[in-house]
Amino acid sequence: MKQPVKMNEELGMFDKPKNVKRLLVLFFTLTGGVLAIDLFYHKHTIFPWEEYFGFYAVYGFVACVILVIVAKYILRPLVMREEDYYD
Amino acid sequence: MINALPPATLLLLGALPLIFLKGKAKGFWMLLLPVLSFANLLAIPIGSHWSFSFLGFEVILGKVDKLSLIFGYIFHIIAFISNLYALHVDDRVQNVAGTIYAGAALGVTFAGDMFSLFVFWEMLTISATFLVLARRSKAAIAAGARYFMIHVAGGLCLLAGIIIHVQTTGSAAFGFIGLESLASYLIFIGVGVNCAWPFLHSWLVDAYPEATITGTIYLSAFTTKTAIYFLARAFPGTEALIWIGVGMAGFPIFFAVIENDLRRVLAYSLINQVGFMVVGIGIGTHLAINGAVAHAFNDILFKGLLFMTMGAVMYRTGKINATDLGGLYKSMPWTCGFCIVGAASISAFPLFSGFVSKSMVMESAAHGDMRFVWFVLLFASAGVFHHAGIKIPFFAFYSHDSGLRCKEAPRHMLLAMGIAAALCIFIGCFPNALYTHLPYATDYAPYSAGHIIAQTQLLFFSALAFTLLLLAGIYPAEIRSVNLDADLIYRKGAPWLYRVCDKAFNGLNDFGDRVFVKKFPAALSRFFSDPARSVQRFGTQLLAEATGDERPLARRQSEIDHRTRNLAYPVGGGVLLAVVFLTLMSLFIFF
Repeated sequence: MKQPVKMNEELGMFDKPKNVKRLLVLFFTLTGGVLAIDLFYHKHTIFPWEEYFGFYAVYGFVACVILVIVAKYILRPLVMREEDYYD
Repeated sequence: MINALPPATLLLLGALPLIFLKGKAKGFWMLLLPVLSFANLLAIPIGSHWSFSFLGFEVILGKVDKLSLIFGYIFHIIAFISNLYALHVDDRVQNVAGTIYAGAALGVTFAGDMFSLFVFWEMLTISATFLVLARRSKAAIAAGARYFMIHVAGGLCLLAGIIIHVQTTGSAAFGFIGLESLASYLIFIGVGVNCAWPFLHSWLVDAYPEATITGTIYLSAFTTKTAIYFLARAFPGTEALIWIGVGMAGFPIFFAVIENDLRRVLAYSLINQVGFMVVGIGIGTHLAINGAVAHAFNDILFKGLLFMTMGAVMYRTGKINATDLGGLYKSMPWTCGFCIVGAASISAFPLFSGFVSKSMVMESAAHGDMRFVWFVLLFASAGVFHHAGIKIPFFAFYSHDSGLRCKEAPRHMLLAMGIAAALCIFIGCFPNALYTHLPYATDYAPYSAGHIIAQTQLLFFSALAFTLLLLAGIYPAEIRSVNLDADLIYRKGAPWLYRVCDKAFNGLNDFGDRVFVKKFPAALSRFFSDPARSVQRFGTQLLAEATGDERPLARRQSEIDHRTRNLAYPVGGGVLLAVVFLTLMSLFIFF
């Protein structure tokens, strides 16, 4: 049900680049803040490496980068086919 | 004697009036049924009920303990939510199939013997197939047929295992089996098909995205979770399950990242979540089993919720590919909000349901010092946030403005999503409400400061990776495509096998037909129509060829033909004389 977009339609919150930028700044600040907690709080953990500064942060970040790189540059060339491949 | 009915009865029999009911009456009945059935379940005390003898074995229709009860509860909850969500559907096939499907899942859950369990197991397959077929598109019919064949194969494997098991043990009771004999391996693999183990999983990502909008909600809840129930009952502590589960948690996230169809992304993440449960059952400690069951409970809710939000988007826009969607947060703000609740739950954000159950499995792996398993599960936790937690809401509701302007989802859909979302948050905030119903008593406390901080860091930095990769343009753009998966083996392999069989067996048939039906009898009948002539002609032919003198051949052959026609053989005269002589001799001797 695609309707033509009215040009004078009220812009949504994320249509304005300024709002997107604000959101990003807020997000980066929060991310930094979450990491900084490690400076003040010592976790009681099961594995020793869980206690390293920023272990979870680094692991989460690296895991996702590896995930995307592998999916995009290794998996996709292997498995991607035209949409009518099976027809 | 108790005054309740076997747990599956009301939904299975109650589905029949749906054939005739229409409009408001149908809607009312669909909402009332799960409520009645739930009240019936609550009236059944712990223990084994409704047992009778069948072919010398004991059939039990109501084995009620804490493990079966919690699955019974969640199956009722999701049946009610799905029926509410499907209130607008005026398609008998879907309404009946959905309700029977839920009833069959209850039948499996409370079956105390393997025979009735198998019957309900097959009912799951048949009713689920109709939920796929009911979309009536070419792709759906093909996917439904594939779904059916895979599950029939798995069901036969299970049946073979059950028969051998019953023969060797002499008992049909359903309880702990453990992996040791041929029978147990067959049962194990048969259940593995329904549980979507790696390489047996492709029916799930093939069929679920092709099913109807409302059908997918039912599908996401019952088949894999009854398999989880089966494993928790029959194979707890089986080490193979740990590695199978690790595979399930790991590989689908890569496919989910590059998949364009958002319901297929959810199907992949369904396998990923079931992987956590399978690992938990494989570890087999009380904490791990509790974690697996609790996660099954939560997954039914948040996965159902995510499928419902995507279904609502599809219902209003007619589109589901990430390439076609975007910017819908303005048109469908409520659906968008519910989607984010589902996304936060599946990603295990603190205060959402995934947080209080996924960590139980992780922690039991850590207690068992399973480092590799623990690292893969942590990787999967980050990955699931990436593809289900961010990708789904982002590409559907934000991202670029697709220009789609539509109405908000219908009220009954919003209500269904709202109930699921509320339950996700409620369980996240008050986990003890769920923990008291788990199979084993637990004092597990998910909200330790360390756990909250660790999980928050993991999620925020996963989100950071997504943001930076997107801003840098590295994040893979969605592309209209088909991504190959294990179903390649039969989707391309089956036609190939068909061609090979066609060539081999039909070739053999053809050859047989040509030689043994057409040529050989014809030659024989030609020969025996006049054997003497045929032998003589062949003899003269040979003689002529041997001597090289072919001139008299034609003359001789016409001579032979002539003699044959007139029966003028010299040999005939000789035989006549011999007969006369023998007759005379006989007369002479006997008289």
